[in-house]
Amino acid sequence: MQRLDRKLGFLSALPMTAVLLLAFLAPMAVIALFSIMPQKVFSLSNTPDFSAYRVFFSQGYYKSLLWSLGMALASTLILLVVCWPLAYGMAKVFGRFTLVLTIAVVMSLFVSENIRLFGWVLTLMKGGLIEGHIRTWTGVGFESPLYGVPIIVFGLVYVYLPFMLFPLAQGIAMVPDDTRQAAADLGATRWQILTQIEIPQAAPGIVVGSLLSFVLAAGALAESKILGGQAVIAIADDIETAFTFGQDWPLGSALSMILIVIIGTFALLGVSRVDLDAIMGRKR
Amino acid sequence: MTESALLRLRGVVKKFSAFTALHGVDLDIHEGEFFTIVGPSGSGKSTLIRLLVGMDEVTSGEIHLRDQRIDQTPANLRPTCMVFQSLALFPHMSVGQNIEFPLKLRKEPAEKRRDRALELLDLLRLPRDYYHKRISQCSGGERQRVALARALAFDPEILFFDEPLSALDYRLRKTLEKELKDLHHRTGKTFVYITHSLEEAMVMSDRIAIMNGGRFEQIAVADDIYGKPVSRFVAEFMGEVNLFEVTSEDGKTLSAPGLTVNTTQDGLPANGKGLLMIRPEYVQFASATDRFDYLVEGQVQEEYALGSRIQYEIKGPQEDLITIEKLRENRLENAVGQHVRLGFNADHIHLIGEA
Repeated sequence: MQRLDRKLGFLSALPMTAVLLLAFLAPMAVIALFSIMPQKVFSLSNTPDFSAYRVFFSQGYYKSLLWSLGMALASTLILLVVCWPLAYGMAKVFGRFTLVLTIAVVMSLFVSENIRLFGWVLTLMKGGLIEGHIRTWTGVGFESPLYGVPIIVFGLVYVYLPFMLFPLAQGIAMVPDDTRQAAADLGATRWQILTQIEIPQAAPGIVVGSLLSFVLAAGALAESKILGGQAVIAIADDIETAFTFGQDWPLGSALSMILIVIIGTFALLGVSRVDLDAIMGRKR
Repeated sequence: MTESALLRLRGVVKKFSAFTALHGVDLDIHEGEFFTIVGPSGSGKSTLIRLLVGMDEVTSGEIHLRDQRIDQTPANLRPTCMVFQSLALFPHMSVGQNIEFPLKLRKEPAEKRRDRALELLDLLRLPRDYYHKRISQCSGGERQRVALARALAFDPEILFFDEPLSALDYRLRKTLEKELKDLHHRTGKTFVYITHSLEEAMVMSDRIAIMNGGRFEQIAVADDIYGKPVSRFVAEFMGEVNLFEVTSEDGKTLSAPGLTVNTTQDGLPANGKGLLMIRPEYVQFASATDRFDYLVEGQVQEEYALGSRIQYEIKGPQEDLITIEKLRENRLENAVGQHVRLGFNADHIHLIGEA
C-alpha cells in the first residue's frame, strides 16, 4: 500500500515535471548557452567567449541592475511597513470584513497592470485629475510627481501590494493569540510583543511576502517606463531592448542570467530559512 | 483575616453586552495559600481569572492586591502571572529562552538569567540539558514544567493556573497534581487554580471556591466543601451523594419516607423543608447485631466496579435510589437482588436548608 502511494505520488507529479522541464528548464538552458556566445550572433554554433558579460560592466548595465535591485528593496521594505497593520487587521481583527477587503484587493488584479499604471499617469500628470482640478479651483498649480525614482517605487508598492499582503496575513494568522497574551502577562510591552513574539512567529509569511514582492519588483519594467518616464532604466527594460532593438541575444541572455542568479540566490536563502509547510497549513 | 488578604475582590461584575458573566463576586485570597476555583463550564471561572490577570476589564467592582487597586492596571504591569490552559509557550524559542523571557524583559544580565533558568529546571526536576531543547522536542508533561518554570521566573505575587492539566492523560495529570502541590510547598507562593475537576481541586487545595452561574456557591476548606456543602449544587458537584428531601414540623425532627432523624444541628425552621445529605462511603450494610443511629431497608438494584471501590444502588423507601460505596475488600457477595439493611450514624449526616 505504501509502495503504491509512493508510485502514485511520482505519477501524479509527472505532468507538472514534464511542463517544468519543457517550459522552464529548456529555455533557461538556451539562455544560459546564448549568454556565453560572442556578441550579436543568432546561433549556438559559435565558440563561447563570454564577451556579453564584459559588456555588462563596460557599458554601464550594472547601473540598471543596481537601480532595479535598489528600488525593489525599497518597495519591499515600504510594503512590509504598510501591509503589516492591514494584514494584522485581516488576520485578527476585521472578521467578516476581511473577505470584503480580500475581494477588493484581488479585483484590482483583474485589470491589466499597464492600464492601472496609465490611470495613475492621468491622475498625477500636470493638468491631470489632481493637479488640473486644484489649478482650476485655486489658480495655483504644482509640478507633477511623475518621472522620478520615488514615483517608480510608489508604482512598485501599488502593483505588488497583494503579493505582500496575503502571505503576511497568513503569517500573522499563525501567531497564536495566547502567546501574545502570555507575553503581556509576563511583562512585555506592545513593542516587545511585536518584535519578540509576533514577528518571529510570523516569519514564514514575512519571508514569502518579501520574496514575492522583491522578485517581482526586481524584474519589473512597466513602472519605470510608464510612471518613471525612464528617469532610470530598469534591468528588465535593458533585457527587452537587447533582445528587440539591440538584436543582441547574447547580451540579453547574459543580463538575464545575472538577474536570475542574484534573485535565485535571494529566493533560496529566504526559503531555506522558513518552514514553508507551516504556511501551507500542513503539519509535519 | 480580611485585612491581611493578599488579593481582595469586592463586588466584581463582568458583563458581555446582554450577558452577565459575573454577578458581583467578593473574594479574599491569603498569602501562601493554594486556592482553587471550581465550577462547570460557563460558570464564570475563566472570565474571573481573565479579570484577575488583566486580560479583560471589570465592568464594575474593585480588585486589590495588597494595598494597591489593580483592576485598571494592564496585564503587563501587574505583578501576577498565569499558566495558560494551552501553556502558550513560545515555539520559536528554546526551553531556556522561554524560561528567561520575563527576565530578559527586565534586562537582567545574560549570566544571571541563565543561572536562574538552570535553577528553575532543577526545581521542576527537568534535566539541565533541556536548556537548549526546542519546545517541539518536549513531551506534554515536560511542557507543563517549562510553562511553570517560565511563570516562576517572573517571580509573581500570585501564580494563576487556567486548567493547565485538562489536556493531559489521566496518569500524567495525577502525577502533575501532586507535583504542583509539592511545588506549592517548596516555593511558598500563592497559587490560584481554576478547574472543572473536583478531584484536582480536592487533591491540591487549601481552600476551594465553588462557582455556579457567575456567583460563588461556597468558599471553604476542601473537607467542609465535601462534608458540609451549603446547597444541592455543591453537594452534587463534589461527587456521589445521597440527598433525602426532608420536612419537619417542629424544626428538629426531620422526616423522609421510611426515615426519621433527630437533628443535632441548627435544624430547620418550623414546617421547613431541607435536604439530608450522606455520602455513599458512610452508609454501611448492617447485620442483625450491628448498632447504628439510623437504619433503612432496601433491595440492591445494581452493582458497579469502580476500581478500588464497589458502588451499589439500593431501592429504599425513598423515591431516589440510595448509593453506597464499599472498598473492594468489603464487597457484598451476590449483591444484586438481595434485601439489605443500611445503617449510618448521626455524625455523618449533614442538613442543607432549602429556601
